[in-house]
Amino acid sequence: MAGQAPSEAKAALAKDDAMIVSAPAITLPAVGERELRLDLFRGLALWLIFIDHLPPNILTWFTIRNYGFSDATEIFIFISGYTAAFVYGRAMLQAGFVVATARILRRVWQIYVAHVFLFTIFLAEISYVATSFENPLYSEEMGIMDFLKQPDVTIVQALLLRFRPVNMDVLPLYIVLMLFLPIILWLMKWKADVTLALSVLLYALTWHFDWYLTAYPNGVWFFNPLAWQLMFVFGAWCALGGAQRMSRILSSPVTLWVCFAYLFAAFCVTLTWHVPQLGHLMPRRLEQWMYPIDKTNLDVLRFAHFLALAAITVRFLPKDWSGLKSPWLRPLILCGQHSLEIFCLGVFLAFAGHFVLAEISGGAVLHAVVSVCGILIMWGMASVISWYKHSADKGASKTKSTGGNADLVGGSA
Amino acid sequence: MKSGSRTLRGLALLAGISTAGILTAGWAHAEDAAHTCDVPAYLLTSESSLPKVADVVKSGQPLTILVVGSRSSTIAGSEGSAYPARLQAALKEKLPQVPINLSVELQTSKTAEDAVGSLVKLVEAKKPTLVIWQTGTVDAMRSVDPDDFRGAVDEGVVALQKAGADVVLINLQYSPRTETMISAPPYLDSMRVVAQQHDVPLFDRFAIMRHWNDAGDFDLFSTSHGVDMAKNVHGCLGRALSKFVIDTAHLGPPQQN
Repeated sequence: MAGQAPSEAKAALAKDDAMIVSAPAITLPAVGERELRLDLFRGLALWLIFIDHLPPNILTWFTIRNYGFSDATEIFIFISGYTAAFVYGRAMLQAGFVVATARILRRVWQIYVAHVFLFTIFLAEISYVATSFENPLYSEEMGIMDFLKQPDVTIVQALLLRFRPVNMDVLPLYIVLMLFLPIILWLMKWKADVTLALSVLLYALTWHFDWYLTAYPNGVWFFNPLAWQLMFVFGAWCALGGAQRMSRILSSPVTLWVCFAYLFAAFCVTLTWHVPQLGHLMPRRLEQWMYPIDKTNLDVLRFAHFLALAAITVRFLPKDWSGLKSPWLRPLILCGQHSLEIFCLGVFLAFAGHFVLAEISGGAVLHAVVSVCGILIMWGMASVISWYKHSADKGASKTKSTGGNADLVGGSA
Repeated sequence: MKSGSRTLRGLALLAGISTAGILTAGWAHAEDAAHTCDVPAYLLTSESSLPKVADVVKSGQPLTILVVGSRSSTIAGSEGSAYPARLQAALKEKLPQVPINLSVELQTSKTAEDAVGSLVKLVEAKKPTLVIWQTGTVDAMRSVDPDDFRGAVDEGVVALQKAGADVVLINLQYSPRTETMISAPPYLDSMRVVAQQHDVPLFDRFAIMRHWNDAGDFDLFSTSHGVDMAKNVHGCLGRALSKFVIDTAHLGPPQQN
């Protein structure tokens, strides 16, 4: 697998080079209208991440990971890269490198605090489980609580982002990516396509040399930032004019059919995971070549799957689609507009959901009810935050500088 | 990722699930009574086979089985009720003409990589026809790099095959209470991949236990401190495993042989 990735990456690189003859300085889309599509899909990603973090239930069937290789994480990281580059790229052009960096670092700090907050809740939850749960069937699994015996080390490692419980992997990845955003933007300002090429190169080298970040007490970062940066930088590149320059390719019917064919093939493969009876239809050679589809290092198959989804979405969902203003999509868009808060809330609600399901031995209906309630709570919270921003804080916001629209990055500045 | 089949269950099951706790408690006393823990056929079907087991059984020789596993292959204080012993009992019942020698080698808190070193020695000493290797839990708890884990399982399976034994892999337990702490999917995937690559049957303990939980046979969320549920689950696992071994080795019911 590791051997194939660089060659595929190289092919992608060549494609990128061929696509752009001369690399102009970055171009920013006009200010004004918010890109509601971004909010919509980020909101969707947040809902899907929440559902995927809960024990499987009926709603799990609506998450895209059941129908192809990529899942909500790709969407979330791509859009994060896109919006971050859009907002802070403008700041960098208008106010300079230092000011933009300062703003980015403030944002990083907010995400970090959010992560520590979630960790505290997690600690409370598992301490409870550790003290109340002694089923002899799981005496081995309960050994996972052993880290509670040395909270000094554990908490420090958590603050260093090296100890991350399950489902708390996305924010550390986001923190690291945002930390490098000033450099990414600075390079993009110089030559956007070279930056993307460097990102692809880093991705390829990561696969080739098997680079990773170690975690505590052992193991590796679940999302390898050295590989996942590709998704983030690609998002940034699209925001800074790349998407416009790709528009010819995106509107070609060949692209469309390639995308459909790939998505269909991916769907067929995922079908064999859910219906093991179909497993024998899969050619052995293909299986051996394809598996495992590595999420830690953002497998090329996953990246390609996201690209295909994105290409089709952009094509069939125009920017000015009237549905974006419909009240039915409002909850999703609202959640997407406050992504950091809603993401954290989602992680918390997933913990809480596990807890509820564990306490009240849950059936299928309760599982579904917990999922739906969680989504309603996320929507409610997003509305409250939105109300704060537009009504409660109205006086304050008038005096604010209009330099960076932090709202677009998904939270308050 | 390939996180296994997520079976959509009908709402009709709700009644069964909500009363599962009561039923489990009720059956706890009748330990050996047939606990309704049916396993859907697809979870006990493997394309791979166990040719050496088939040969030994058909020629009427004693069948020597070695179970290598971590702590979830036993029940503290009631080893006789853990799934290896139940497997032996079930095999004796189903293959009365074949002497079954089964031994268990527990490798407490050892990762797959730690275990691989001793596998070959164990096989040389005991000369089993079949090695049942349960692994993955310790690796998942320590979040060992899934690539390293896959490499270790791969190495172990190759070594066992070279040493002349048939191999059955057993994956992790389904443990809903620790789901927010232990990430099983990468390790389940890795084992599935190795099983496929070396044509080794995989006993999908995780999917089977999740099926029982979903279907209401067992409430695996239970905080019960008693050992009865563990005994029942292991009993069911032992029986399912015996069926899996017999089917995979194509032994069929004895009267048809």
